[in-house]
Amino acid sequence: MNVVVCVKQIPDPAAPQALDPATHTLVREGKLILDDSDAYGVEMGLQLAEQSGGGDVTLVSMAPGGETSGLRTALAMGAAKAILVSDAALKGSDALCTAKVLAKAIERAEPDLVLAATESTDGYTGTMPVQLAELLGMPSVTFAKKVSVASGNVSVERQTEAGYDEVVCPLPAVVTVTAGVVEPRYPSFKGIMAAKSKPIEQLTVSELGLDPAGVGANGASQEVVSVVAADDRKAGEIVVDDGEGYARVVDFLDQLKLI
Amino acid sequence: MSIEKVWVVAEVNDGVPTTTTLELLTEARSIATTVEAISWGPSTAAAAGVLGEYGASVVHDIGDLGDALPGVPVAAAMAELVASEDVPDVILVPASYDGRDVAGRLSVRLDRSVITNVVGLTADGDEVRSEHGIFGGAQVVTARFTGERPWIFVVRAKSFAAESSGGAPAQVVELARVDAGAVDTARVVSRHVEERSGPKLDEAAVVVSGGRGLGSKDNYAMIEELAKLLGGAPGASRAIVDAGWVPYAYQVGQTGKTVKPTLYMACGISGATQHLVGMKGAKNIIAINKDQDAPIFSVADLGIVGDVLKVLPKLIEALRARS
Ligand SMILES: Cc1cc2nc3c(=O)[nH]c(=O)nc-3n(C[C@H](O)[C@H](O)[C@H](O)COP(=O)(O)OP(=O)(O)OC[C@H]3O[C@@H](n4cnc5c(N)ncnc54)[C@H](O)[C@@H]3O)c2cc1C
Ligand SMILES: Cc1cc2nc3c(=O)[nH]c(=O)nc-3n(C[C@H](O)[C@H](O)[C@H](O)COP(=O)(O)OP(=O)(O)OC[C@H]3O[C@@H](n4cnc5c(N)ncnc54)[C@H](O)[C@@H]3O)c2cc1C
Repeated sequence: MNVVVCVKQIPDPAAPQALDPATHTLVREGKLILDDSDAYGVEMGLQLAEQSGGGDVTLVSMAPGGETSGLRTALAMGAAKAILVSDAALKGSDALCTAKVLAKAIERAEPDLVLAATESTDGYTGTMPVQLAELLGMPSVTFAKKVSVASGNVSVERQTEAGYDEVVCPLPAVVTVTAGVVEPRYPSFKGIMAAKSKPIEQLTVSELGLDPAGVGANGASQEVVSVVAADDRKAGEIVVDDGEGYARVVDFLDQLKLI
Repeated sequence: MSIEKVWVVAEVNDGVPTTTTLELLTEARSIATTVEAISWGPSTAAAAGVLGEYGASVVHDIGDLGDALPGVPVAAAMAELVASEDVPDVILVPASYDGRDVAGRLSVRLDRSVITNVVGLTADGDEVRSEHGIFGGAQVVTARFTGERPWIFVVRAKSFAAESSGGAPAQVVELARVDAGAVDTARVVSRHVEERSGPKLDEAAVVVSGGRGLGSKDNYAMIEELAKLLGGAPGASRAIVDAGWVPYAYQVGQTGKTVKPTLYMACGISGATQHLVGMKGAKNIIAINKDQDAPIFSVADLGIVGDVLKVLPKLIEALRARS
């Protein structure tokens, strides 16, 4: 079974984040890393491909500046190869545009299963994978907390408001996984060395047969009007517990008439 | 071209619209004169009264979808309705499990982008502006569509207060299900309900949440007990959901529930931006954390710098004594 895993390369979320004051897009300086949320998809893909007794995991990523550091991490985990769509024209893409670009790239890999995260860490629109599924003409199951494949179907435990649903869907299909679906492995030293020579195919927008004028900020049909600081809550009283701290809580609950 | 018609994707369970559905209908009324609901399921007709009361004049009913996941059939039927020249200016979709599926599918079928994670909306002449909290709600971004209508907005729960308009029951109009072919093949084979007693997390007046500072899964029992004593719901940070101490349904924050209770108690939670964004809207916040520099204290009305394993047992004992 051939699995495509969508992996987004993002600025380190632990570093301070900022929007570019002119373009209102996220400042992407420095090294991009593999989105943590996608480590689950990579691990899931590796396990499913292995269980199916053959087939590869192909990573697909879109990043405007040719970044590959996040892809190398996922290759080090064990993916066989990667397709990177990279083009300056892609800057400022919205989720629909991202889906159109990734769909073209994914079609080349002829996957049986496409995995993505439920939402990315930086943009977290949570719509890209379903848009992708529609463009690929595939069914989709989102919010997977358990995934297995048998006889041409994927079975998913899908999170719901009340608990979970067991959903079955014929392949090829798109599945989005939640954190915790599997425990991602750490790349081994051997994996890291091997990743250096694994193939990353780089493609531009026109090589995918798309019009560069229709993607990125040019193709986006939404814009940011303004960015302002939120009026923040003020800190209240801070008390160091001396054994009687609980009594302050009781007083506070009393004031609120909650007890 | 002013904003005339808004569609609200209305989720109905057992004849009862979800709270977010009512929030969206309420907001839709202040954007446009005509508000219509799009709904599905075996019990839509039973909900027509409430949907009307909150502002829908019409409910387009796709009917019982059986065991199909709603995303594809709902989006396909909506796209068909748009194609039949019944074009709304704005479509509001709840940021729920199924709502996000509907929005993604519809986006491609109509070839329109989606604006997501909306927490506020204002109609201004010919425009609708959306508000978004970014960086954990520290900054507010205002956005708008520049392209063709309909404009699809995916709105987070608790962004608006639901208020009845006292409207008459919505007129139920059948909306035909469309054969969507291969994309509509995901089927639910069984449904599992995780039992929870007490009020629902996102509707409770009091939410008591625990984080990694509790030290172990067993200590979470104190959070449950405290929540029960206060008639509230227990919640959690993502750290302990990922650790498997509690189910995902307990998670508060960016990727979990947004809560706006009268009181939010954060016990052993650091206050990461992704957690704050889900609870900062609480009327009152109490935080207990042993680190006086924990970011949670910057939003707390009362902060106790101390060990949860010492403070909570005493607090529980005091409350038990009073109940
Ligand atoms: C704060 C902020 C708000 C935004 N709001 C909107 C909005 O309202 N509407 C909109 O259309 N765009 C929005 N964007 C832009 C959007 O984030 C980008 O278009 C992005 O390329 C795709 O969306 P996502 O990361 O939100 O996808 P999500 O749908 O959250 O991503 C889910 C998964 O899809 C896969 N994936 C997503 N992007 C890529 C990629 N480039 N390469 C490989 N796999 C990928 C990953 O597995 C990812 O975890 C916003 C961006 C920011 C920074
Ligand atoms: C894309 C993304 C989405 C996310 N979404 C969410 C979300 O929806 N919700 C969410 O909560 N998080 C979310 N997170 C994770 C978030 O960044 C934090 O990692 C998480 O909230 C931390 O949980 P915590 O506060 O329980 O743990 P920690 O950050 O480890 O904090 C534990 C706290 O307990 C205190 N402590 C330790 N021992 C004691 C003691 N004995 N007594 C008192 N205090 C003690 C410590 O001082 C510390 O402040 C998200 C992260 C990302 C990247």
